[in-house]
Amino acid sequence: MAQIVIRNLRKDFGEFTAVKSSSFTIEDGEFFMLLGPSGCGKTTTLRMIAGLESPSSGEIFIDGEEVSGKPASQRDIAFVFQMFALYPHMNVRNNIAYPLKSQHMPRRQINARVAEVSRILDIQDILNKPVGGLSGGDRQRVALGRAIVRDPKAFMMDEPLGALDAEFREHMAEELRALQDRMHATTVYVTHDQLEAMQMGDKIVVMNHGSIEQFGVPQDIYDWPATMFVADFIGSPAMNFLRFEGEVAPGADMVHLDGQAISVPPQREGAAGKLVLGVRPEHVSLSDASGYRAGVIATEYLGTTRIITLESPNGMLKVRVPATSNAQVGESVGLEFNARTLTLFDESSGRALLSEANEGVLANG
Amino acid sequence: MSGFSVNEPSRRMKWFAGILVVFYALVTLMPLLWIIATGFKSPADSIAYPPKVIFRPTLEGYVNLFTTQTRITPDMEEGLEPPKNWVEQIVRDKGMVIAGPSRYVQRFMNSVIIGFGSTFLSVFLGTLAAYAFSRFRVPIKDDLLFFILSTRMMPPIAVAIPIFLMFRQLGLSDTHMGMILLYTAVNLSLSVWLLKGFIDEIPLEYEEAALIDGYTRFQAFYKVVLPQAMTGIASTAIFCLIFAWNEYAFAVLLTSGEAQTAPPFIPTIIGVGGQDWPAVAAGASIFLLPVMVITILLRKHLLRGITFGAVRK
Repeated sequence: MAQIVIRNLRKDFGEFTAVKSSSFTIEDGEFFMLLGPSGCGKTTTLRMIAGLESPSSGEIFIDGEEVSGKPASQRDIAFVFQMFALYPHMNVRNNIAYPLKSQHMPRRQINARVAEVSRILDIQDILNKPVGGLSGGDRQRVALGRAIVRDPKAFMMDEPLGALDAEFREHMAEELRALQDRMHATTVYVTHDQLEAMQMGDKIVVMNHGSIEQFGVPQDIYDWPATMFVADFIGSPAMNFLRFEGEVAPGADMVHLDGQAISVPPQREGAAGKLVLGVRPEHVSLSDASGYRAGVIATEYLGTTRIITLESPNGMLKVRVPATSNAQVGESVGLEFNARTLTLFDESSGRALLSEANEGVLANG
Repeated sequence: MSGFSVNEPSRRMKWFAGILVVFYALVTLMPLLWIIATGFKSPADSIAYPPKVIFRPTLEGYVNLFTTQTRITPDMEEGLEPPKNWVEQIVRDKGMVIAGPSRYVQRFMNSVIIGFGSTFLSVFLGTLAAYAFSRFRVPIKDDLLFFILSTRMMPPIAVAIPIFLMFRQLGLSDTHMGMILLYTAVNLSLSVWLLKGFIDEIPLEYEEAALIDGYTRFQAFYKVVLPQAMTGIASTAIFCLIFAWNEYAFAVLLTSGEAQTAPPFIPTIIGVGGQDWPAVAAGASIFLLPVMVITILLRKHLLRGITFGAVRK
C-alpha cells in the first residue's frame, strides 16, 4: 500500500480547464473521498491518478515515485468503475483472474488467489457463472474482487455505488468500509453524494469547478466549512445563510442582524460590506426569549426530529428541532443560535472569515 | 416505458400472416428453385415449351460443367473403349468423349481466393481504422470519415476505364492481387463505417479496465475489444464477401484468364457446344453455395448485427 501525493495537478481539455492546479496528500491506508457536484473535476483527478488521463501539468507521486508519465498498466493501481466494466465475454472467475494473467502468474497461484478473494467477498458460488446475468450487488462484488485480487498499491473507485439501487447501496457502503478496515488499503473514492462521503471517508476533498474548496476530515469539513460552497454542499438540509450588511472588526464576538446582537466566535480577521452568517439547522433553537424573530412557513415531521422552514428578516432558513416541538405554520417564533458553532462568510468571495473557532481547521486546509 | 401494448394476435390473424409469409417465400425462392432444377434437366427439357415442371433428372449439366468434350468422329469409333464409369457413359450417350477437365474449378477457386482475400483485407483494415476513428483523437477526423464515405458516392463502374488503364500500367490486370486490392478498395468504406458504429457502442471502460489490469493498449484491443466486436465483424464480413463474390462488371473488364472469377466465366459456358442451359444453371447453383453456407453459419451474428444498437444492454 502506498501514500499518494498530488502536486499542482492540472488538466485542460482544449479551452476548458477540468482541474485547476490541485495539491493534496493521501496517506497510506486512508479512505479518501473526492467529493463534488458533477463536472467538478473529481473523476478527471481520479483518472489522472490511475493513468487513464494524462495531466496537462503537475506531478503525481505514488509511494514516492513520480508516475505521471507512466501508462496505467505500470502504476499498479486498481480501478472500480461506476458501471463495473466486467469483461462480458468472460465468466466471474476469469474476470477476477484477468489482472493476474497479465503478470504471467502460475495457474495454481492464480486459482489460490481467486479462491481467497471470492471467500472474502462471499462469491464462491457464482465463480463459474457468466457476468451477464448477475445482480447489481454481485457485479459490484466481482468488480471489487478484480481490484483486490492483485493486491495493488491503491484502489481508485469512481462512484462504485452509483449504479446500485438505494436500498442496496447502504448495505454495499458498509461492506466496502468493512473491507477497507480489514485491508488498510489506500483508497481514493469519487462520489457526488455528501452523505456517502461523510459516512465512509477518513478524509474528504471537496471540489467545485475544477478547484479544491476544502480538504480535511469529515467532521472538520461539516463543522467548519472553508467556503459557502462547501457549507451549502455538505449537510442535509444545508447550512443556512443569513445575509446582512455590516462590519466586523478583528476580535469582535458580536454581529448585528435586524437590530439584534448575536454572539459569534471571536473573529481573527475583519470584513465589511455584504456578509453572511452561516448556521447549521441543528444549531438553532426556538426560544420565546429571543428578540430575533422569524415566521414559520412549513414544518416536516421526520420521526426523531422536525425540520421547520422559517422566514427571517435575513432570508429563509431551516432548523432542526425535536419532533415534539409544536410550532405552528403562521406563528412567529424567536430564534437562538449556538454561538460556538457559527461561521461568518464574506459574500463576494464566498470565503469563511477566520475566527478563534475555525482557524485550527482552516489554517492547514 | 412507451405506451403501446402487445396483444396476442387472433388465430385467424396468425393463419393469414403464415400464408402471407409462405407465399412471399415461394415468390422469392422461385428463381432459385428454377436454377437448381434446370441444373438437373437435360438440354431438351431445359428449353421445352411449355416449361417442364416434372422431368427426368440427369447429371448431364454437371458433367458438362466440369469437363470439356469432343465429338466422336467415325474414324475414332473403332479404337474406343467402353465407358469406364457413369460420367463417361453420360458423355458417350451424346456421341462425345471427355477431352479433359473444364476451367470451372479453377475459376471457382479464383473467386474463393479473391472473394475471401479481399473480405479478410477489408475487415482487417476496416477494424483497425474503425478502432482508431472511434477511440483516438485523429486530426480532421470528420473530414477523413466523409472522404472515406465519398468513395461510395458514385457507382464504382464509373471509374472503370481509369482503373483499367492503371491496372495495365501496374501489371495488375488479370491478377489475383489486382482484384483483391480493387474489391478491398470498394469495400473498405463500408467496413470502416459499419465497424466504427459497432466499436462506438462498446463502452470505453472495458479497455480502461484492461489497461488498469496491466495490459497494453494493443492487448486491450485484441483481448477485450475484438471479442465484443465479433458480431459487427461477422456481419461486415458477410456484406463484403457478398459484394466481392457476386461482382461482375470489373471482373469482366479486368480478368480474362489466370484470375478470372466465376461470374464472368459462367455465361461463357453457353458457347460451348450449343446453348447448354443445364451446365450454366449447374455452375450458378454451385456458385451460390459458399455465400449461402457462410450466411447460415453466421446467421446469429448477422441478425444481432442488424438489430445492433436498437436495444440497449
